[in-house]
Amino acid sequence: MPRVTFPHVGESYRAFKMLMEDLGNEVIVPPRPSRRTLDLGVRHAPEFACFPVKILLGTYLETCPQGVELIVTTGGVGPCRAGHYAQLHKKILRSLGYAVDVVVLEPPRLYPLDFLHSVRRLNPHRLSFRAIYECVRRAWRKLQALDNLEKLTHKIRPRELRAGETTRVYRRVLEWVDRAYTMREIVEAERAAAEELQKVPQDPAREVFKVGIVGEVYVLLEPASNLEIEEALGHMGVEVERSIFLTGWTRDNTWAETHEVLTVKDAALPYLPELLGGHGRDSVGNTVIFAKRGFHGVIQLAPFTCIPEIVARTILTRVSRDFGIPVLTFFLDEQTGKAGMITRLEAFVDLMRRRKGP
Amino acid sequence: MAPSVGIPCSLLYFWFYPFWETFFRELGARVVTSGSTNKQILDLGVKEALADACVPVKLYFGHVQALMPEVDFLFVPRLVCLNYQTTYCPKFLGLPDMIRHTFTGSPPLIDIRIDVREGLHALPKAYWQAGRALGAKHAAVARAYLLAWKAQRRYLTLLQKGLLPGEAAPGKSSPTGKRPPDRRGRLVFGVLGYPYLVHDPYISVGLIARLQKMGVGVITLENIPPRLLYRQPLPLDKRLFWTPGDLVYRAALYLLSSRRVHGLIHVTAFGCGPDAMVGKYLEQALRRHPEVPFLTLTVDEHTGEAGMATRIEAFVDMVRRPKAGW
Ligand code: SF4
Ligand code: SF4
Repeated sequence: MPRVTFPHVGESYRAFKMLMEDLGNEVIVPPRPSRRTLDLGVRHAPEFACFPVKILLGTYLETCPQGVELIVTTGGVGPCRAGHYAQLHKKILRSLGYAVDVVVLEPPRLYPLDFLHSVRRLNPHRLSFRAIYECVRRAWRKLQALDNLEKLTHKIRPRELRAGETTRVYRRVLEWVDRAYTMREIVEAERAAAEELQKVPQDPAREVFKVGIVGEVYVLLEPASNLEIEEALGHMGVEVERSIFLTGWTRDNTWAETHEVLTVKDAALPYLPELLGGHGRDSVGNTVIFAKRGFHGVIQLAPFTCIPEIVARTILTRVSRDFGIPVLTFFLDEQTGKAGMITRLEAFVDLMRRRKGP
Repeated sequence: MAPSVGIPCSLLYFWFYPFWETFFRELGARVVTSGSTNKQILDLGVKEALADACVPVKLYFGHVQALMPEVDFLFVPRLVCLNYQTTYCPKFLGLPDMIRHTFTGSPPLIDIRIDVREGLHALPKAYWQAGRALGAKHAAVARAYLLAWKAQRRYLTLLQKGLLPGEAAPGKSSPTGKRPPDRRGRLVFGVLGYPYLVHDPYISVGLIARLQKMGVGVITLENIPPRLLYRQPLPLDKRLFWTPGDLVYRAALYLLSSRRVHGLIHVTAFGCGPDAMVGKYLEQALRRHPEVPFLTLTVDEHTGEAGMATRIEAFVDMVRRPKAGW
């Protein structure tokens, strides 16, 4: 059985693990990025590489010693570095003496043959395409369940009565989803988990600010890379809404431009008509939409030196002025400290409170 | 009075100025340029641009500000793709938007979008729009376009003969102008990097002049015919996405494989996104050519004269020593 691993992106590994095992691979589960991951990544990646490159490399360097033979990742085309991550990683890992190969899943719409070829390599059980389709469908449903639960915590956390309760329950119910295997079980587990989360005692009268989160996809989806900013905001009584979820994004990028993306594009059009690669234009468009929906603020998360997000930030200054919505940006790298982040977040919440008036 | 068009002397100005200046001049506009970078321009840019942006973008902001009060139009093109294969860095793609939304009081922008993938006539169409912004007639635009091409071709020929962008300016191409340098029997360095770093003496702290004063011949990206660059085989499964980065990488491979240089200097901007990749690939390419010494110079708005001079001198000495007699 080939030993496979993949990037750690939030809780999504639970679904990918199931999928890869169904196809007949032995999965080395990537650990949650930690200080050690970062140190490894920083040591072996080029100094100016984007933060996500470093975290991913660090993750691989933690899993490769366990005999990984194949890394599965997504490619992404477009004028940004993301499409080069895989190649760079392969080169670095090889030069460190790990005989790994990297399978890049390109969007099937653009490279149908490559996609099928990659799927074949990941399918030592030689399942039929129909069977593969079933596996993918179940994994997808699991991903959706994970995303839905995460969204629910964003709503409940700012209203919880006992600090930290939501997170505790969330950790527990995630395991239920993790154990679910058949389609029925997954749906059932999601329902039970949602109910359990709703039971967290809440204060419906609390004053809650709504903040939209925009920015680069990896630092948005991996809480370990953004110092759990969403959790921190929740504890300050802020309900967050993230603009990107794996199930709301893979689809857009993989199949068709959905209605939602089109509107984001339209919203960005007066400010940034050009697609920049990465998520620069989405950051602008989503900020406009959050402002129109009456949010109290927007937070942009971006890796340090991230090109599309720097362009977006320059333009967001204007969006913020036009719509009167405060925008706070964090450029993240391995030196970003939690304490500094909390201070800035507290100031931001104060700002929103003053704007709202008594 | 003829309208004035401001062209910031930064970013791709160094590659395309003969075209741009000729085009607007032939349309009857008064062309105003922001001139060479100086401390004041840099300070203006640093103040207005996002702190996390790279120096070249900050500089561009400075050049724009220097021009703003003086002109009726600002020429800020959106360069997307010129070779059907690679695009420019996302900061070029969003350049007019960044300028427009930062400077509310700026004169109208001529922000033509240049992307040859749009079709056979994408390039003339883009310039037709630029001409229309000035209210020019079709025939006048066509004429200006052809003359601009002529100027650009002459410029490219001069560059390929060995002149550098600063030396091959249209006014200087007369017989009294500089001759292409004779590099035989001399120490020759490849100085690679984006034109707005290498050829902006302020931000590169006079790198090229310094090398020349030390008797070192300089070859830059612009001196190598693009034909040869595009024929250069790449040891990658996937090409680099950004035109200038891709060209820098190809130029390095070309200079190394054709054994034309005794040393290689890569000039890069602090915080440049694309260069994170280019730099790494260059290092790997250089590993296969241990005989060619390699130096990376990272510049930003704080680069000091003294530190730079020491590093360059040390590097030249290091290359020169084993080749005593040079
Ligand atoms: S979007 Fe940002 S982080 Fe991602 S590859 Fe591009 S520059 Fe790097
Ligand atoms: S290529 Fe690098 S230096 Fe040039 S604009 Fe882009 S980030 Fe800045």
